[in-house]
Amino acid sequence: MKIIVCLKQVPAKDAPLRLAAGSDGRATAIREDVSFEMNEPDAYALEAALRLKEACLARQESGEVAVLTVGPARAAQMLREALAKGADRALHIETPSGAELDSHAIAVAMAAGLQSENFDLILTGLQSDDAGYAQTGLLLAENLGLPHATIIMKIEPHAGGLRVKRELEGGRFQWLELPRPALLTIQSGIDKLRYATLLGIKQAKNKPLARLELSALGVSPGSNRLAVARLAMPEKTKATEMLAGTPAEMAAALAQKLRQLHLVP
Amino acid sequence: MSSVCLLAEQSGGKLNPITLEVLSAAQTLAGAAGLPVRALVLCGADETQAADALAGYALDKVIRVAHARLAPYVAESHLAAALAALAACGSDPLVLLPHTYQTRDYAPRLAARRGQGLITDVTALRWRESRLECSRPVYGGKLAAEVYLRAGPAGFYSLQAGAFPQPPAPAARPVPIEDFAVEIPAPRVLAEAPFQEARQSVDLSQAAAIVAAGRGIKEAKNLEMIRQLAAQLGAEVAASRPLCDSGWLPMDCQIGSSGQTVAPRLYVAIGISGAIQHLVGMKGARTIVAINKDPEAPIFEVADYGLAGDLFAIVPALISALNAA
Ligand SMILES: Cc1cc2nc3c(=O)[nH]c(=O)nc-3n(C[C@H](O)[C@H](O)[C@H](O)COP(=O)(O)OP(=O)(O)OC[C@H]3O[C@@H](n4cnc5c(N)ncnc54)[C@H](O)[C@@H]3O)c2cc1C
Repeated sequence: MKIIVCLKQVPAKDAPLRLAAGSDGRATAIREDVSFEMNEPDAYALEAALRLKEACLARQESGEVAVLTVGPARAAQMLREALAKGADRALHIETPSGAELDSHAIAVAMAAGLQSENFDLILTGLQSDDAGYAQTGLLLAENLGLPHATIIMKIEPHAGGLRVKRELEGGRFQWLELPRPALLTIQSGIDKLRYATLLGIKQAKNKPLARLELSALGVSPGSNRLAVARLAMPEKTKATEMLAGTPAEMAAALAQKLRQLHLVP
Repeated sequence: MSSVCLLAEQSGGKLNPITLEVLSAAQTLAGAAGLPVRALVLCGADETQAADALAGYALDKVIRVAHARLAPYVAESHLAAALAALAACGSDPLVLLPHTYQTRDYAPRLAARRGQGLITDVTALRWRESRLECSRPVYGGKLAAEVYLRAGPAGFYSLQAGAFPQPPAPAARPVPIEDFAVEIPAPRVLAEAPFQEARQSVDLSQAAAIVAAGRGIKEAKNLEMIRQLAAQLGAEVAASRPLCDSGWLPMDCQIGSSGQTVAPRLYVAIGISGAIQHLVGMKGARTIVAINKDPEAPIFEVADYGLAGDLFAIVPALISALNAA
């Protein structure tokens, strides 16, 4: 089975975000001087792909995982990490620094980049932890004319196609059957994530990482359908009482409040 | 743009309650722009009563598409039906939908088929001259973005549950229901009926108090201190999704859109950032306490009492403060 996994690099979860000064005082992006990491649901998509490949190899079938990103030069480091974890090769569609692309533009670029590829399956995360539009996977499926399923928590090969478990609201699930090739968007938690081994990190250095320029695919920020007018701190609507002092003082103040409210048995 | 069109969500003939929130947003938007509101109901052959429920509200008309291939829901069939029926909503409608697992599964492709954009997870809509600007949370709710469609307001917008809570205006005169016939080819994807994974061992929805831990507790062994605090408060232990994903606690303990929805008298969130998918499961709690080292964490936005600091110092201090009667 040949699997493509789409990855995005996003600010690290605990990165302190600051707004980048915009042209007329309005911010539309964050400052880039933070640390970045692989989008969490994408890391799970990669994990699911590696496990499917390993299952193929165990059955003496062929298996390959290729990773793909549309992102600036810094995203190459994330691709290396994916190679170190066990992906076989990587394709980097490089965007000019500072170019913000929406899901539509990214999906068009990905579809163009995959033009000469054969694959059985494409996996993406269900959404990114930055803008979180939750559209790239589906728009890629649309551009490639593939059937899809979203928010997937289990994948099983089944009669030449796939049987997948889709998460629904409130702890409910549903099984679906799809033909191949297909695109699935993966939910966090589908499997336990692995770490890259030292050997894997060493081997990654010799694995192929191909680069393509975004402009060579005819895509630019001008391809976006959405525009960000402004980025800001969220408006506060609730009057939260922030307790002050040392941890002991805060704890004592809270214990007193909870007793007053009869919330301590 | 000739109308504001609402794409209703129903199952088994019953409207998903968020449909009414979207309807009220549609009424407000349409009122401001002087446009009619139309509702599109896609349903299985025996789910047609969903359209009757909508006809009780102030609308221009309800367009009903009933077809055996529309129940149970499959993306391809829904997409085909919506695409055909939108043609009946006038040229270039502005389409509002709820942001749910279902619309996440077909709305992006629907918008793309019409060559238009989709803005998801919208919490507020406002006209700024001829632009329709949408607020939406980004970076896990740490920032808010104002986003619009570059080609003009006609296009797709999915609205976050709870963001438009006002009830929709009732119908002043009878609202016609029009049936619209569509052809739906056999889908490539087969869907089985939804099911609940396992019997929930603890029904957290009945808990009087809950102490919930998030990724901030760092390691499974730190759950011990969470359990100790919970015991002192007579509370159940619960968690955000990443802890259940890592297997530190069973999925039964997960609070949020894909877990349980709770409304205890007391909810203590420890090391939880406050992503919207977590908030929807707990913001109905009477008294909310948040402990987080990031003073800007979105969880503080819903908290009554906020303790900004290191949980590894605060939680032990709280345990001793509660001990010292
Ligand atoms: C379709 C979908 C469904 C989802 N369903 C759910 C759901 O049902 N429930 C759910 O919870 N999530 C759900 N999520 C995931 C959700 O978006 C968030 O990713 C998740 O809630 C984050 O969990 P967290 O707050 O524990 O972790 P993080 O966001 O990583 O937050 C950790 C917090 O801990 C704080 N912290 C770290 N160290 C310390 C310290 N020493 N002292 C004090 N504070 C500290 C940090 O400041 C941070 O705010 C869903 C997502 C999607 C897309």
